[in-house]
Amino acid sequence: MTIYDIIFYLFAAITVLSAFLVVTAKNIVHSAFYLLFTFFGVAGLYVLLGADFIAIVQIMVYVGGILILLLFGVMLTNKITSVEIKSGTIHVLPAVIGLGLFAAFVLSTMMTTKWKSNPAELPFTTVYDLGYILINEYVLIFELLGILLLIALIGAASIARKDKE
Amino acid sequence: MHQLLEEIFGSELIAIIIASSLPLIFITVLVIFAVLLERKVAGHMQDRLGPMRVGYHGILQTIADFFKLIQKEDIVADTTDKRFFNLAPVLVFAGSYAAYAALPFSSAYIGSRIDLGLFYIVAISSLVVAGILMAGWSSNNKYSLLGAMRSAAQIVSYEIPTVLVILSMVMISANFTVDGKGTLSLMEISEIQTSSFWNWFVLGGAGFSLSKFLLLPFTMAAFLIFLISSLAEVNRTPFDMPEAESELVAGYHTEYSGMKFAMFFLAEYANMFAVSAIAAAIFFGGYQSPIGYLGNSLGIEWLVPIEQFFWFSVKGVFFVFVQMWLRWTLPRVRVDQLMTICWKYLIPYAFVNLTIIGIISLI
Repeated sequence: MTIYDIIFYLFAAITVLSAFLVVTAKNIVHSAFYLLFTFFGVAGLYVLLGADFIAIVQIMVYVGGILILLLFGVMLTNKITSVEIKSGTIHVLPAVIGLGLFAAFVLSTMMTTKWKSNPAELPFTTVYDLGYILINEYVLIFELLGILLLIALIGAASIARKDKE
Repeated sequence: MHQLLEEIFGSELIAIIIASSLPLIFITVLVIFAVLLERKVAGHMQDRLGPMRVGYHGILQTIADFFKLIQKEDIVADTTDKRFFNLAPVLVFAGSYAAYAALPFSSAYIGSRIDLGLFYIVAISSLVVAGILMAGWSSNNKYSLLGAMRSAAQIVSYEIPTVLVILSMVMISANFTVDGKGTLSLMEISEIQTSSFWNWFVLGGAGFSLSKFLLLPFTMAAFLIFLISSLAEVNRTPFDMPEAESELVAGYHTEYSGMKFAMFFLAEYANMFAVSAIAAAIFFGGYQSPIGYLGNSLGIEWLVPIEQFFWFSVKGVFFVFVQMWLRWTLPRVRVDQLMTICWKYLIPYAFVNLTIIGIISLI
């Protein structure tokens, strides 16, 4: 067991544990805060896979953007925080069947897939190649996504805007 | 540095642990020095003397304060959310400490030589925002919550002009690398601005070409935008709305006492130095000396990294001093003014600046 294995299991444990806490927490703000650790753990896993750019984007977008917005939304809407969230168990039988099927599917995929087991190469930064691909091959999709985000931004602003009277 | 430590201790793990705790020692020394400096600067600007009792001209004041803080009772109010209340100061400090991993203290010492250093620093500082929100919410106090909200809104909005400026400086760096690709590594950016202050990015980059003189006014403007938005990112006056004493008691750390308060304090000063160090690295040559090295002229090789560390700290501490200077000179802006400055002035200017720098870099 090398040091990287230990780091992998550490991040995996953080991700799984905090994801479990997100689901079981009674308070929705608690769930949001636990989500922080889930995102962080996933970013750590990306780093171990050699995807440095994706890892940092994960922190930047999910922790720095989405989580903060989520917290703002939850905190500013007072009625949501005081609502008791039901996290008990109902419909046990359908849930067991569904989960069992899903687990069987995941397990069979895990067993049958031929995993790449090459010795790990020295990680090399992916940012140049990613940038090159984005601006050359996928430039249309890239620009369309940009326009989509812009429209979402303008739409949000126009909904939030008070009517002039 | 890593190799040297590995040779001394004979184990990679111990070397890594020691190398990664070196910035902690640096921060501790810096904070002890910077808190005193802040009080002295404040005093002298207001025609007072500042702390004078402990040691010569009060130089031991911060150490005395530190011991006082250790002895203080750790008060946790009954209605706080205990788990997150205790976690928040750690998270805030972890966020600001994580940024030090990518700061090049000298050519011999940098926490991690990742190629995305600048991007990493920008991203990881969002942990601080989450920590501040956590502190404000779990305190169960309206002043704390308001302070945390203001702080988060402010940091998130001012991140945009900061990132735009950083992007334009990365574009300039593409003019000077060997393969014509820009670099996000603070180490490489510092390496480009070597040998003389003439090569600093704030003066348009290395060489005597025409593009340098075309770039010069825009890099200056970029630095001004970065300075203003970095002040807002570390919640310093004139943007200290989150801690506005006259309105919010102390903002998000109102309920904290003892060592937990000290953690916030430490994180604040660590953040101040971090943004100053980034400003120094991308505009003022980082650890590079402006006038050449004594070690090179005397032929003593091991002296050069130490000199570089000296220059890096001097540049960083100078910008920390600028922040203090502004704090005791300028009044606080209102919340609406804060948002106006960011969205109506800084972001458009930063965009125009980015476009112009891009066009000049192309020709």
